[in-house]
Amino acid sequence: MIHVEDLRKSFTLHNQGAAVIPVIEGAGFVLAPGECVALTGESGAGKSTVMRILYGNYLAQGGSVWIGEVDITQAEPRDILQLRREVLGYVSQFLRVVPRVPTLDVVSEPLLNVGWGEADAQARARELLERLRIPERLWSLSPTTFSGGEQQRVNIARGFAHFYPALLLDEPTASLDATNRETVLTLIEEAKAEGAAIVGIFHDQEARARVADREVDVSTFAPVAA
Amino acid sequence: MTPLLAVRDLNKTYGRHVGCADVSFTLWPGEVLGIVGESGSGKSTLLNCLAGHLPPDTGEVVFDTRADGPRDVLRMSEPERRMLGRTDWAFVHQNPRDGLRMRVSAGGNVGERLMAVGARHYGEIRDQALDWLDRVEIAGTRIDDRPAAFSGGMQQRLQIARNLVTGPRLIFMDEPTGGLDVSVQARLLDLLRGLVRQMGLSAIVVTHDLAVVRLLADRLMVMKDGHVIETGLTDQVLDDPQAPYTQLLVSSVLQV
Repeated sequence: MIHVEDLRKSFTLHNQGAAVIPVIEGAGFVLAPGECVALTGESGAGKSTVMRILYGNYLAQGGSVWIGEVDITQAEPRDILQLRREVLGYVSQFLRVVPRVPTLDVVSEPLLNVGWGEADAQARARELLERLRIPERLWSLSPTTFSGGEQQRVNIARGFAHFYPALLLDEPTASLDATNRETVLTLIEEAKAEGAAIVGIFHDQEARARVADREVDVSTFAPVAA
Repeated sequence: MTPLLAVRDLNKTYGRHVGCADVSFTLWPGEVLGIVGESGSGKSTLLNCLAGHLPPDTGEVVFDTRADGPRDVLRMSEPERRMLGRTDWAFVHQNPRDGLRMRVSAGGNVGERLMAVGARHYGEIRDQALDWLDRVEIAGTRIDDRPAAFSGGMQQRLQIARNLVTGPRLIFMDEPTGGLDVSVQARLLDLLRGLVRQMGLSAIVVTHDLAVVRLLADRLMVMKDGHVIETGLTDQVLDDPQAPYTQLLVSSVLQV
């Protein structure tokens, strides 16, 4: 489902003396449907960079990333957008939403984007918000004023509303209490059982041990200093 | 699927000064394209050339018309282009005074566009005007007031209502949130996003506000000195900018 091959990434900082910072050299791994791979490596090793390349958020300097039938490093913007609507999901650590949009709408939006009816989408959103223990009295409010943990759970509800065959999770359990963490891990297991290929960054060792089938150490992709 | 708008090699010079040079892109149905760049980078020139307000020197702007399929707008007759401007196209000006009739009531401003495409029944026109005022959150009781008595944010929302009432397929926006305070901006962005999705609109939004394009645009085009220097997915261009100028632009935004 996800096939990464010979990926290379460097940042060129034109406004800081055109400094070139190589980050990743020759990254490669393969995921089958229903498999979960955890990216490991110390802070700054490039875990988030790899995730962002997989999502088409960062450009790669070389190599390929196949998500199903699409090579995201070569695809046109509109193909990437379609992929993100239907196939490729991403749960980041931070919630980014239009101010004033109610939580229920934030969570049901991905479903409306793939053609669900308003009522079905809202029902699914309610179910997820309930499971993630967001109090019902908050559903009609914008999540911009919520606490960090609540925002993160809204983000997770949004990320799991539609079933994505390829899912990227950036620290999904960080800053969650035990009960909610359990719910999130169950959601991940359910997605795996349904056949989702998942790439995740988990600092939480136990969580990693429980959901990840394999680990990929990103620091092995660090460029050798010239 | 046919692109809604295909632009090829558009050039416009003002004497020796370059307005915009060699601009080519395609816009697909339902897509929102953001054009960013500092003042004088040619973004408004480009928008005005696309919308038929300014004649470009060379190039073509092919629009997929409802009746006849893809046609080059620049080679249409003036009446044809005006008809397009009243039906399939909409143009939201930065300054609402440029897009509204200040001496005509709010309802009249909305109704005028309907009458321009043939609506004649007063009751129906008024009902539609009321419906649209409601959609842009202007109280129905203000329908007979002139826009001069409205706040800047209300005027901008009225301008959007006036433009969208005929169900256009392509909307041009020049700094739609410029000069509005941030709380009003947020409301307007939310409104625009909702309308874009519900009506399947395509839009071209010119702005220098990167936060606006991040929320509104699917794709981004960065302009400098009349040239397009970078294009791509909005989040990709903003998070991993490649061109030196784009990096400067993105890193110059003040964090709140």
